[in-house]
Parts: sequence; C-alpha cells; structure tokens
Amino acid sequence: MLGRKIARHSVAIIGTALLGGLLSATMVRLAPGFDTDEAQIDSHLNSESLRALRESRSQQHNILVFYLQSLKRASQGDLGSSLTLHQPVSKLLRERAPLTLRLIGVALLLSWGAAMTLALSAAFLRLYSYDALATVISGILLCLPAAVLGLLSVLWNTPAALAVAALVFPRDFRYARNLLARAYSLPHIITARAKGLHELRILFWHVIPVAGPQLLALAGVSVSLAIGAAIPIEALCGLAGVGQLAWQAALARDLPLLVNITVLVTLVTLLANTAADLIGSMVGSQPA
Amino acid sequence: MTKLTSTRVLPNLVLCLCLGLLTPSAFAQGELRFCLRSEPKTFDPLQVEDDASVAIRYLTGGTLVRMNRQSQVLEPELAQSWKVSKDGKQITFKLRSGISFSDGTPFSAEDVAYTVQRLMDPSLHSPTGDAFRSGPGKVDTKILSASQISITFPAPVAGLDRQFDQVALISQHSPKKEMAVLGPFMVADYKPGATVLLKRNPNYWKTDEQGRKLPYLDSIRLDIQPNRDIEMLRFKRNEIDLINSLDSEYFDKLASGSPQLVHDAGASLDSEQMWFNQVAKAPLPGYKKAWFRSTAFRRAISDAINRDDLARVVFRGHAQPALGPFSPANRFWFNAKLKPPVYSPDAALKALQREGFHLDNGTLKDAGGNVVVFSIITNSGNKYRERMATMIQEDLQKIGIQVNVVTLDFPSLLERMTQTFDYEAILLGLSNVGLDPNEEMNVWLSSSENHQWNPQEKTPETAWEAEIDRLMRLQSASSDPKKRKEAFDRVQEIGVEQAPFIFLVNRNALSASSSSVHGLSPVILAPQTYWNAERLSVGVIEAQSRP
Amino acid sequence: MKIWRRVACAVLLLVVGVSLCATFVAPAGYARQYREAADAPPSRQHWLGTDDIGRDRFARVLYGTRLSLLLAPAAALLSTLMAAVIGGLAGYLGGMFQRAAMTVTDLFLSLPWLFLLITVRALLPLNVSPLVSVLATFLILGMLGWTSAARVLCASAACLRDSDFLRQARASGIPGARLFWIHVLPNLKPVLLAQFWVSIPVFILSEANLGILGLGVAEPMPSWGSLLKELEGLVSVGEEPWKFVPLILLVAVVTSFQLIVSKQEEEFAV
Repeated sequence: MLGRKIARHSVAIIGTALLGGLLSATMVRLAPGFDTDEAQIDSHLNSESLRALRESRSQQHNILVFYLQSLKRASQGDLGSSLTLHQPVSKLLRERAPLTLRLIGVALLLSWGAAMTLALSAAFLRLYSYDALATVISGILLCLPAAVLGLLSVLWNTPAALAVAALVFPRDFRYARNLLARAYSLPHIITARAKGLHELRILFWHVIPVAGPQLLALAGVSVSLAIGAAIPIEALCGLAGVGQLAWQAALARDLPLLVNITVLVTLVTLLANTAADLIGSMVGSQPA
Repeated sequence: MTKLTSTRVLPNLVLCLCLGLLTPSAFAQGELRFCLRSEPKTFDPLQVEDDASVAIRYLTGGTLVRMNRQSQVLEPELAQSWKVSKDGKQITFKLRSGISFSDGTPFSAEDVAYTVQRLMDPSLHSPTGDAFRSGPGKVDTKILSASQISITFPAPVAGLDRQFDQVALISQHSPKKEMAVLGPFMVADYKPGATVLLKRNPNYWKTDEQGRKLPYLDSIRLDIQPNRDIEMLRFKRNEIDLINSLDSEYFDKLASGSPQLVHDAGASLDSEQMWFNQVAKAPLPGYKKAWFRSTAFRRAISDAINRDDLARVVFRGHAQPALGPFSPANRFWFNAKLKPPVYSPDAALKALQREGFHLDNGTLKDAGGNVVVFSIITNSGNKYRERMATMIQEDLQKIGIQVNVVTLDFPSLLERMTQTFDYEAILLGLSNVGLDPNEEMNVWLSSSENHQWNPQEKTPETAWEAEIDRLMRLQSASSDPKKRKEAFDRVQEIGVEQAPFIFLVNRNALSASSSSVHGLSPVILAPQTYWNAERLSVGVIEAQSRP
Repeated sequence: MKIWRRVACAVLLLVVGVSLCATFVAPAGYARQYREAADAPPSRQHWLGTDDIGRDRFARVLYGTRLSLLLAPAAALLSTLMAAVIGGLAGYLGGMFQRAAMTVTDLFLSLPWLFLLITVRALLPLNVSPLVSVLATFLILGMLGWTSAARVLCASAACLRDSDFLRQARASGIPGARLFWIHVLPNLKPVLLAQFWVSIPVFILSEANLGILGLGVAEPMPSWGSLLKELEGLVSVGEEPWKFVPLILLVAVVTSFQLIVSKQEEEFAV
C-alpha cells in the first residue's frame, strides 16, 4: 500500500517537475529581453558578428522543440551548455549544488530550531511578555531586506546560513506559534493540563498529533522559502552556489541553465512537500 | 687560461650567493588581492568581451605592443620594433628572441601568425578581431624569419599599431593552448563563482632596470564580487588591497579618514549620456517622433539640464560636465574648441517656444496641444543613472515637461533599444577602452547597428548624419593623424550642434588602494590601478619600481 | 496585555494620522531637491536629513507611509483570501482536487515569477501613471503570495475534514458550502492571521525589489521599500543612524499590527 503510494507520488513528482521545466522555459522565452546579449552594444562588433550573436539563440525560439530536444539530451546525461558561462550545465550544477544544499540544510535546521523553540515555549508558557518579545524579534527580521541581512552577514563574518535562516525564521515562527497555540487551546488539552498530565506527555501525545500535519506542511514549505532566500544571499555574499547561478542566469536569460535549475528546484520542492504530506498522513489525528 | 684560485673562488661564490639572493624568490613581493565585478566568461584571449575576462587577459596576455596607460604612448613589448606602411594596410614586426610561453614552449613569429589567423577567422566573431576588419578580404601573414613577421590587411586600418595592444598572443604548438601565456601572470586556479588565482609566470621575459625578473608579485587573487558595498567592506577590513573603480560616496568616506588610500586620477574616458528615439518605425505617436527628431527640441532639453548639479550631487564632485562625445582626458582626440554647455532653462523655454511649444498652466504643450511628457529609461541597479534620471526629471519639470523615470533590467532595456524600439529616451553610458575614434565607428556610422538613436539607416536620413558618415570614413581611411584629427574634430562639433546624444558628464577615475601596495600610479585609462601590475608589490619590503 | 494593545493602537493611529497630515507637516513635499544639501545629516530644516539627491527624508517617510500602509495590507488581504480559498478548499474537498491544487501550489512555489513580472512591465506602457504601476505591483504581489500559506491551510483543513463536529454538522444536513465558510474557515484563522501579518512587510520589501524590473513605485514618489533600500549601503549607514528610521517605523507598525491581531487569536484560543 505504502509502496504504491510512493510509486504514485514519484511519477507525479517527475511529471510535475518536467511540467515546471516547460512552464519556466515558456516564461523565459516570452519575457522581454530573451533574444538580447550585452555584447550587442559592443561597438567593436561588426554586423556579421552581431548577426551570429542573434542567431546563436535561434534554436531556442520554438520552445516546445527546444524543450523536447533538451529532454532527449538530458536522458543521455547531457543537460546542455550555459549560454553565458560557456560551460556544461551539469558541470556547473555539480560544482555548486553542494554549497547550496549545505547552506539551505543548515539554514533550515537553524530556523526551525529557533522557530520551534520559541513557538513551543510561547505556547507552553503562555507569557504575554515572552510572546511579545518573540514577536518583536521576528518582526525585526521580517522587516530587514535580504540585502541588509547579507551585508550584515559579511560585516559580522557570520555564516551565510544565518542570513538565510533569518529570512526563513519569522514565517516559520509565526505559523508554528499560531498552530501550537491553537492546539494548546483545544478543550481536551486544557482538560489534560488541568488534570495534571505531564507536559511532555501532553506535547508528544496530544499536541503534536493535532498540529503535526500542519507543522509538517510548514516544514515542506520552508524548504522552498529557504531556496528563495538563498538566491539573494548567495548573490550578495558572492557564494558560488546554485542560487547565485540562478540569479545570473535570470538576468542574462540563460535558458538552458534556467530550465535545469527550475526542474531541480521543482523536484526539491515537490520531494519536500510530498514527504511532509506522507509523514503528516501517518502522524495526523483529529481534534477531539 | 686563468686558474681559479681560492682567493678568487670565495669572492665569486659570495657574488653568486648574492645574485642567488637577488632571484625573484628573494623579491617575492606578496599577493595582490582585488575583486572582479562579474564571472569571467572565457579565458580565451581572442574571444574576450566582458570586463572580467578583459582584466584577466590584461594580466596574463603578452602583446606585441603595449599602450603605456600613463603616458598614452605606444611602447614595444614582445615586438622590439614595428613599421606601418604608408597605406595603413601592412604592419611589420621585429620580435624579441629567446622568449618562451609560461609552459616553456618557445615563442616565434609562427605564434603571431597563428594568433592573427585565428583572430581574423570570421566564424570566431571576436570583438578584438572585428576591430581590425576595415574591409572584406583575407588577412595575409608572412613569416619573414623566426623573429620577423608582416601582416597585411585587405583595407587600411586606422591606428593599426595601437590595435595590437588588445591582441594577446597564443601558442600554436603548446599543448596547453590558450592557457600557455606570455604575460606576467598565468591562471593557476579558477573556482567558478568565487576566485581566479593568477600566479607569476616563471618564464616571463621582462626584467626591471636593475635586471631583476618581473613581476615582483607572487600572485594575484581575483575574487568575484558584484556587490560594491561588500567590496568596500572587504577593503576596509584589509581583505582586498585595491578597488579599481571606486564609487564617489565611498571615495569621500575613505578620504575623510585616510586620504592616502584614495586616488582621483581626473576625468576618465567614460561618459554618461541620454538620447531620444529617432527611429522612424518606432511605435510612438507621430507628434512625439516629431519632437525627438527636432534638433531644436533636443538642444533645448540639453540646455535645460543642469550638468554641474549632476556632477556635484550624483558624483559628489568627482565628475565633470561633458562637453561632447570625447572626454578632455583623451588629450589628442578631444576637440578643445568645444564650448562648455550652459545651463539655461530660460533659453531652453524660449527655443521651444520658437518651435511652437507653449506653457499652459505650468505644463508645456506642443503646437498641436499635446502635453509634453516622455519617459526616460535606464538600467536598474546603477544608482548613479537612477539619480541622474530623477534630477533630470526635476530640471525638465521647471520648463513644464513631465518626465517619467523607468528603470528596467538590462536585457529588457536592450530589447527596447535594439529590437522593438519601444522607448522614448534612454540614459546610459559609454565606456571607452581605447583612445582612437575608430573604436566608435559603429556608433557614428548611420548604417551601423550601434548607431543608437536610429540604427541601420539604409541611407542617412539627415544631412548631418551623411556628413558624419563621410568624416568617419575619411578619418578611418587616412593614416595622417592631423587629417584624422581634423575630420573627427568636425564630427564632435556636429555631435554637439545636432545633439543626437545629450552628453551629460564625464566621470572621474576613482580608485582605492591599501598602504601595503607599492608602485601604484593610478591613471585614467583602463585598467586604472593595475596597468603596471608587473611592477607592483605588496608587503613590507619596498621593491624599486618605476611607472 | 491591554496596555500593550492600547500602545499598539496609539502607535498605529499616530503613524496613520501624521502620514495623512503630511501635506501640513512637511509642506515642501517629497520630490523637492535641496541640491545644496544632498545627503545631509538631520538639522532643523530637515529632521531626518536628506537623501542622496537632497530630498527631505522626513517628508518622504511620511508620504511613503501613506502608500505602503494602504496598499501592503490590501495585498496581504488578497493573498490571505486566495490562500484561504485555494488551500482551505483543497484540504476540505480532499482527493483529486487536493492533489491537483497542491501540485499547482508546488509549481507556483518553484517557478521563476521574475519573468512574469518582467512581462507585466513590458505590457504596461512606459508612461503609465505611478499610481497604476503601484496598484499593478501590489495586485501581482497579492496574487503570487498565497502559496506558502495555502499548503499549511490545506493540511489544516484536511485535518478538520473528518473531525467529529464536522461530521455531525454534515449529518445534520448543513450544505457543503456553508460547512466550509461557517465551520472550516474560522478554524483556519491562526494560519490566516499569521499569513496576513507576515505578508505585510514582505510585500513592502518586495515592492522595492520590483523596482529592478521597472515595477513598483516610480520616482519621485517614495515608498517604505525604496527608503529601506538606503540601508543597503550598510557600510556607511552605520555612521548615519537616522537612515534606520524607516526600518524602525516599519517594525513598529508591523509589531503593532500583530499586537492588535493577537487579541483575535486569544479570543479564538479561549
């Protein structure tokens, strides 16, 4: 049963990722600036060179044909070549993915650790001043532009993962705090507390099953939030990760690179959310 | 035959020891660290087009001749001497001998021939190669001897010898291909998105006046850092040694605390300018096209812009109002007779009124009753241009013109500028690497794709554009500097009279360096600070160097 | 608690009140350039100094407050409603609809919406009025900002789907639509309120970043986002603390919003 579920989900994930690649390719193709190259305004280039420059992208004009050809090449292990960096996309992703994965992984651990600690203690202690302080801290972080967080990270020589975590933490905290507060306010939990049941038992046996599926959904969403946060932080801090690559590719309309990065990001997002859904369905229970 | 005795051996040994100490390793002068603003796209010197790749080519490439960035005089490098024929089509180089590439492969005239043939291969589409392409036909390379080569072009190339400053020679025989170099440094390591490490070329041919091998530096570390705020932060923390192109506000902040760290070399060759869309097929209303194609309108706009304020406020005084197409820093080619632009909104309004415009409740309208409103687009992320556009917006509001400032990402702007022509006015800059006006041939020729205000005209649409075409072709075909200057002086005059470009400011060349860097002598020609990289040193020991 | 809420209300009222009176408090306006005093520190004439081209920062903060305070919550409301409908309905209905809706949500989370925004800018005329540009910006932000909340709402609604009270209500013959609006949605309030509160500053900051694409508030009109962009010159801002005022104001407003909204959460929580 579980095996069939996983197989069904896997097919859905792959299909959706490929659809995501096609949609992103379409968006890039239709967006203004697709057919342009900075080199066009180099006054040294003569008309033949400019024509060649324009024609270098002509293979990508028919997006469906381009995408199907890309898929065919990808099935043979060739992800194409970056138009701006003139290197194989697979090599670029291979070199940069570990840094980004590490960055996002550490950031998620930090942000979830902080969010859950604060949210649990806020819901548990029910101290208004504590809750207000946590709200102010997350409010400050929410109001800081990503560029400022990146600069602070460089200024204070802190790991970039902290900056990404600072971007993700406020949302994680706010949602988690509200979900846990709601769970703690359920009548059967209040009764259990009033009857003197141990707090840890209440937490693991009664609160987490209620809030668990939603917290897991939040965990899944946090992955895409972290990916989104990693892009400006990597670009600002000069970290050679996939985020920096994505930013450069977006600005230069580098279609092969963008399509592959989108497929990768979609896969990661889908995997995270699907895992969250599957585990959530195993953990979840209904409120009394 | 003289026998070596112990009395002679010891002094000789001591001498050898001293000479041994005077090897490059004894004069190893540290690692220079600075930032590249973008990822280098290629290490092939013949295909270089972006700034980061140009920087690496400059530091690693060996050229036949080199423009001394300080004196602006062409100096021999790998060529001991050269001769340009009277018709400007042929150049003969006499090469230095006994030189090797960084991997030990010997250098000879064959490598020059190979480089030129590759460079001029039309399928390569090299910007450097295109600069030589003055006419159709093949380029002929004739190896006269191992150290002499003659190169003949199908048509005269203006400033032929100077063009070779950009041609970094590659080896025909080396297994390392373009990674075998003749310059002072070679690429030792490249971490994509992070760093490029250049190490001293052990086979570099040059020595200093004391006979010491160059370069003095052990290595150069180039960090890829697009963000200028972070670059500045790292400079303040001594993580990098110099900033090649410094922002004006950071210049002032550094200067207030440590004036010895900053350098203002004066007006650079770069200019900021705006222009109106004069393309006939542009998707604009007819009345707007009429405005933009009117010389009087353009000149009135030019008169209404306060360039002194732009220089003073946006660039904190580290810029000068532009007089014309070329900066005064281009000593030979700049037309010194050009008059400085005068800020006069009253004169601008009067000129517009003569053209049938009138003020209606503080709003300017044309003869047909259309409110004068247009947009200026510029590239986002360039705070100077964004500020200039906002100041121009306020200046023009004083004469009743409403301006909308729109910042776009560069590809979108480029598409509007070169393909759809869906824009009204653009504010951009021109970055001049070289001094020769031939480098702007594709800007001034009306048939060119880079004739920005109205590209690819089948025939010149105005008499003044026809005149510019004639003058540019004249100066390109002539090898007499005086005749060329006369022709280009007139082009500059027409450029100011007709105002296809409204030249705004020439920025100063600002840079910063830490006090541990020795031998620096910042100039206006790129690369401003490390143009004499082979003679720079970092650290406590001060190497003797001359600019 | 009451005191804090009163303080929050007072802060919000003060900020809104002063921004509405901007014309009287800062008569010079937000666009006038005092070019002789560019990037000046605070003084009697310019309480928060001037920006890089000499515009009074205090005036720009006041006028920017109007725009951001009005439009960011509106966009946040839109995104919250969309999240409620899409996520809530998906979880409530379950089955194929839930799977399809969540797949679409995951796609929305992954796609590079930068290019949609660039296309929107291309479709708008260059001479579009600043108000239209701003409205379009916040509308798009609202329409794209629902995805993360939708997933959490879907999980919440799915939990409620088979709950006893809902089964009882269904058995009593209450129609599905009423069940959803009257019984399911109110139970999703904690997430909806969190989504609303989080979205406000996120949209304010996003509006500034959209300036890169030609969207957002056009010059010379100020917005909080564009004022906060000054902080990106952090290296020098440390010596110019008055540039932090827009950030402090934003934090104060966002925190005040939350303190007021938390009353609802407490009432709900019992």
